[in-house]
Amino acid sequence: MRLPAPARVALLAAAVVAVQLATQASGKGFYLTQLTMTAYYALVVVGLSLLMGYAGQISLGQAGFFAIGGYTAAFVSTVDLSAQASLPALALLARLGVLVARPDLYGGQILGVNPWAGLVLGVSLASGVAFAVGVPVLRLRGHYLAMATLAFGTIVSAVVVGTQRLGAADGISGVPPFPVLPGVRIGGGSADRVVNYYLAWGLVALSMLLLGNLVGSRTGRALRAIHGAEDAARAMGVDAARLKVRVFVLAAAMASAAGVLLTHYVGGIGPSETSAMKSVRYVAMVAVGGMGSLWGALSAAAVLEFLSLRGVFGAHDDAVFGGILLLVMLFAPDGILNFRARGLLARLRGRPAGSGEGA
Amino acid sequence: MNLLEVSGISKRFGGVQAVKGVSFRVRKGAVKAVIGPNGAGKTTLFDLLSGFRAPDEGTVRFQDREIQGSAPHEVAALGISRTFQNLKLFGHMTALENVMVGRHVRSRAGMLAGMFQPPSARREERAIEERARAEMRFLGVEPLAHSPAGSLAYGQQRAVELARALCAEPTLLLLDEPAAGLNMRETGELADQVLRIRERGVTVLLVEHDMSLVMRISDEVAVLCFGQKIADADPRSVQRNPEVVRVYLGED
Amino acid sequence: MTLDLALQYLVAGLTYGAIYAVVAIGFNIVYSATGIINFAQGEFVMLGGMLAVQLSRSMPLPAAVALSVAITAAVGAVVEVAFIRWLGKPTVLRMVVITIGVSILLREGALFLWGEGVRSLPYFTGDEVSSVGILGARISPQVFWVLGTVALIVAVLEWFYRRTLLGWEMQACAANKDAAALCGVPVRRLVTLSFAMAAAIGALAGAVVSPITYTSYAAGGPLAIKGFTVAILGGLGNSGGAVAAGLALGVVESFAVSVLPAAYKDVVTLSLLLAVLVVRPSGLFASGEAARLKEF
Repeated sequence: MRLPAPARVALLAAAVVAVQLATQASGKGFYLTQLTMTAYYALVVVGLSLLMGYAGQISLGQAGFFAIGGYTAAFVSTVDLSAQASLPALALLARLGVLVARPDLYGGQILGVNPWAGLVLGVSLASGVAFAVGVPVLRLRGHYLAMATLAFGTIVSAVVVGTQRLGAADGISGVPPFPVLPGVRIGGGSADRVVNYYLAWGLVALSMLLLGNLVGSRTGRALRAIHGAEDAARAMGVDAARLKVRVFVLAAAMASAAGVLLTHYVGGIGPSETSAMKSVRYVAMVAVGGMGSLWGALSAAAVLEFLSLRGVFGAHDDAVFGGILLLVMLFAPDGILNFRARGLLARLRGRPAGSGEGA
Repeated sequence: MNLLEVSGISKRFGGVQAVKGVSFRVRKGAVKAVIGPNGAGKTTLFDLLSGFRAPDEGTVRFQDREIQGSAPHEVAALGISRTFQNLKLFGHMTALENVMVGRHVRSRAGMLAGMFQPPSARREERAIEERARAEMRFLGVEPLAHSPAGSLAYGQQRAVELARALCAEPTLLLLDEPAAGLNMRETGELADQVLRIRERGVTVLLVEHDMSLVMRISDEVAVLCFGQKIADADPRSVQRNPEVVRVYLGED
Repeated sequence: MTLDLALQYLVAGLTYGAIYAVVAIGFNIVYSATGIINFAQGEFVMLGGMLAVQLSRSMPLPAAVALSVAITAAVGAVVEVAFIRWLGKPTVLRMVVITIGVSILLREGALFLWGEGVRSLPYFTGDEVSSVGILGARISPQVFWVLGTVALIVAVLEWFYRRTLLGWEMQACAANKDAAALCGVPVRRLVTLSFAMAAAIGALAGAVVSPITYTSYAAGGPLAIKGFTVAILGGLGNSGGAVAAGLALGVVESFAVSVLPAAYKDVVTLSLLLAVLVVRPSGLFASGEAARLKEF
């Protein structure tokens, strides 16, 4: 059961390959599209799992960070600067490779921002915002922190919906593919499907490896210590406030990177990505996987997000997530993998069970 | 030479004057105890010394540096390590991991090093574990290294907490009622441990209820009553001080 | 801005603000009794409005409003009994997530029952065009219904907490649960009652404001955030503060819309919430010490 981290990553890699081969053999390659999207959402969830499960801080604003990344990428990659191309500053940027020309639908030339620059910009912006929000807000606890992050996410949502340049209620479409390496581009073309699938899940595997290392390291120990007994951690020299902010920023950076890449993959982003319900869904997936379990969070995200994207829950998608969230928190607050039937029975008989109150 | 010099510190909570103009000194290499009846302000005093609260007035000098108002992690980094009255272990981590956290101030690997595990970080991690195991051996709890801290018996938890504080290699060790909840035998062990810690050159300041323990291990004893110091001398003089007898021993 | 227009904005602001105040008081009632922030508080307002609209089709308006309040109060009590009572001492994180789950289920339930459409009750007196002229401003009579109802709610709660045995018992329960239980106060039932009361006043406010603001299955979430903002501004647990902060926030929003694009109205409120949380989490009116005393 307790596999070392590299073995788990290897197992994940094997599963990713097996699924791809299975879809190929059964002629259901179209599944890969939703599986690729699942991978990007999973990055958000895994980052949040680090924040919630290890640093013990809730964020109801993860969709806001995802949106900052996604909208930045969508905005900068769809602007056309060819009319201003003669400006010296733009000419310099074009020479530096920040701006790239590409043909538009009608055979003309568009001078747009290099997606790499969009990625850097989106992630930096989200990280910067996370830092600015996190420093004051992470001093708050419990309800205050939950509400403050919810308010942050809702602000992002309201700004997006209220801003014409960001497409208001329609969002931004026509986002070009992101050429990552020669021959590899993040985009929705069916020829690129398999490559994109491996790229997205490769990123997930890499994140799991790095975050797994982090959790087992000095910093990870300090994080778990903060979660266990913050006063004692501080007395041992852990700068709790600073560490929380760093993890908050890391989780935001992961969410925004996922936002950038998914936006290029599906060719656009809309305001539904910013909704509070999206943030709640991320929290639900972390909860299902078990607080403090990166692999649990990944498993929950992979299953739930894929089913949701396949439309299995139909019109009741939100209700399903609300229900799952409620059931897990009521009966298995440590996640369904750590579900303890005995504790449940004790509770049903009216005796409060002491187990499962670690957070 | 004085390692710690507390001058006229006060702390008020609303209408309650928890600590009032208290001054005392702790000699380097000594074991000093602060005693007093319940509500005398002992725990508040500890919180003031370890950075958990800032005094309203007065100064705390540690190794000729004023530390009042510093954050707990800054105080820890200067070489002051503490335990808690009601044991604050990280219950869901193993005993060894608990003690390893104690090494936090003496190690450096950051977030990136944690993710990418360069050789320097791995070396440091090995050194942390070795040191933590050594401290656990010193207090006789190494066999418990891989047990979850929350599952240990009370006396074992207290030893793990002490090992955690020692793992920071403190110059000054603050013990907040270390004998609370211990039986006679365990209290005896604790007395030996404190004396062995002093032999290592660590200065110890403890707040304690258990008079026999205090009299046995302390070089100096200060007595607090309603937030004010009423005596400060060697254990035998304090025991004979009539005011101390009246407010403290008489009540107990 | 002319005087009559300013007055128009002011009255609109007070109307919304009164509703925010009621939501905030709902937060306070539950928070005082349990230490829980019930994220589903806004859903009670939505439920009150939607139920009253539904019931008014088959019975006279006053009966429809009364029954909708009673049903919502029952829903509030059921929420407490089903999801909260038996948890022992849950962590804050768990409580936040559970009440969010409840709020999603209530919202989705309303969507399932009533669809996405926007609904409203008829005006209690007059209709949408009737108005009362004050200093040149045209003000709908429903505004007086809203302000009057909110004033009545506050007055009744004040009387309840200060003058009735049950109210005293609830305060005792809020101050120290264990001590109250030792004195024979039925703590569990009072906690259930606090949820029912919070739900009932939310529902009443939701019904009475629906002719003006309309209501839909999704109306609860934004109200919960506004109400929480007001509860924090006024000092958590301080309902006098909640009324003042609610009216102030309503008016600020109302005038903000006259300067900013309407879509940014919520941004103003939420930025205010963030600012207050960061600068003065104990509220604008309370001293830091007073905020710690849990009082109605």
